[in-house]
Amino acid sequence: MSELSPDKHVPDKQPPRKLSRRRLITTGLAATAGVAGLGVAASLAQRYGLVPPDHVGIYGLGETLTYASQRLLTKHSLAREFSRSQISKPPFANEIPPLSEAYERHQVGGFADWRLSIDGMVARPASFSLCQIKSYPSQSQITMVQCEEGWSYIAEWIGVPLSKILQDVEVHPRARYVVYYSIDPDWWESIDMADALHPQTFLAYGMNGGELPVGNGGPLRLRVPRQLGYKSVKYITHMTVTDNLKGFGKGLGSASPESGYAWYAGI
Amino acid sequence: MGDSICVPNAVSAVPTTTVATRHSALVRVTHWITTLCFLALLVSGAEIVISHPRFYWGETGNDLTPVLFKIPIPASRNLVPTGYGYVLPDQNGWSRYLHFQSAWVVVFTGLLYTIFALVSGHLRRNLLPGGTDLSWRALWTSITSHLHFKRPSEAEAWSYNVLQRLSYLFVIFVLFPLVIWTGLAMSPAFVSAFPATVNVLGGQQSARTLHFFVSLALVLFLLVHVVMIVLAGFWSRMRAMITGRAATLTERI
Repeated sequence: MSELSPDKHVPDKQPPRKLSRRRLITTGLAATAGVAGLGVAASLAQRYGLVPPDHVGIYGLGETLTYASQRLLTKHSLAREFSRSQISKPPFANEIPPLSEAYERHQVGGFADWRLSIDGMVARPASFSLCQIKSYPSQSQITMVQCEEGWSYIAEWIGVPLSKILQDVEVHPRARYVVYYSIDPDWWESIDMADALHPQTFLAYGMNGGELPVGNGGPLRLRVPRQLGYKSVKYITHMTVTDNLKGFGKGLGSASPESGYAWYAGI
Repeated sequence: MGDSICVPNAVSAVPTTTVATRHSALVRVTHWITTLCFLALLVSGAEIVISHPRFYWGETGNDLTPVLFKIPIPASRNLVPTGYGYVLPDQNGWSRYLHFQSAWVVVFTGLLYTIFALVSGHLRRNLLPGGTDLSWRALWTSITSHLHFKRPSEAEAWSYNVLQRLSYLFVIFVLFPLVIWTGLAMSPAFVSAFPATVNVLGGQQSARTLHFFVSLALVLFLLVHVVMIVLAGFWSRMRAMITGRAATLTERI
């Protein structure tokens, strides 16, 4: 070990000092580059919509990294689809909260008066009856519902891609999010335009070849198969297209972050 | 007179025994960041399991499908048939936030460590076992001395033995990559871009079950690691990993 000790070799004192100065300079440069890089990354992330609305608080860094990286990687990717034989038997339905009187009135009336209204940054705000939604060419997908708790099931979902409806109401080009509400106004969510216009994001009114059961969100629910189940809000009645989520609820994007859950649920 | 001659000798002796570092600063910093993250991942992961302590094999699994196995604990959700008459408080929200935040930090720390290990020679010098260490006889000697709980020799305070090297390599280059992979394979968005990551594991519920078992393997490593540190001398090993200085023979006495 002793030959490594610089004190013993007086003439050799120069190299270590040079080295430490070089080291100081490179460390300084690296730190400056790092800080500048972070600043550039933050402003780029903001500009390209890679910052989630619940980026505030101690978990903001992790959420931003997850949302930004998954948005960059998955902008156009399709959720896995399964074969008919993989549909879960028996069909599963999660527990649902007690349904409101308003819902029960619709249920008694066979959902004949159920409507979905769309407003906000659209050229033609509209209110669709179930019949009008069903008059769009129907599509189906066999995808997985994955709950944040850990369970999952596969079902066939029948409906119309949300993008078709958004096309007809003409979404403003600067719009960035779609906020959607269940008949219970405390149960609301939002997604970015990448998910809203995604071909597998459905307004679903049917399941496994039949009507959409009440336990699975009938008569109308949103299906966002690239995110966990809680983004697929049941009993959907209203949508607002917006470029900013600050004015909705506590400004965290949806009801989920208000009760401690992440806004983006791609993982 | 005699004392005054001895003093400078004693003083100059101090730096030569303490200047040598056992663990480099980068190894120490990444070690403790990883430790903190792992504990956060463990606590939050356990909380997430509590919301549905049932495990399945294949693509899907829920309360209506047969389990591969279940953990006999109460759940934090009503719907799960646990056999307990009560439901634990739901802690899934912050657990999931903390889990993914810690996962990001551990991934970046791991990348930094791996680059350092490759570039600095740490991998070659300190982790890869030497050719002679890998003979069956050498391995057997090391295994039996561990099984007899022999206190490690003085030289081992300065270098990892062959079993240490193999288990560290296994944790760093097998278990950690596996736990990250099986974690990503549960993400519906990630697998939409990279479906093979979940398909080769046999499905999303298989990925969840494997994630659980790899985590158990990491916990097992942590327990053995801590026991070994206690046997080898808790304070001297802790000091080596915190300050970088290893205990010398004289200091131990």
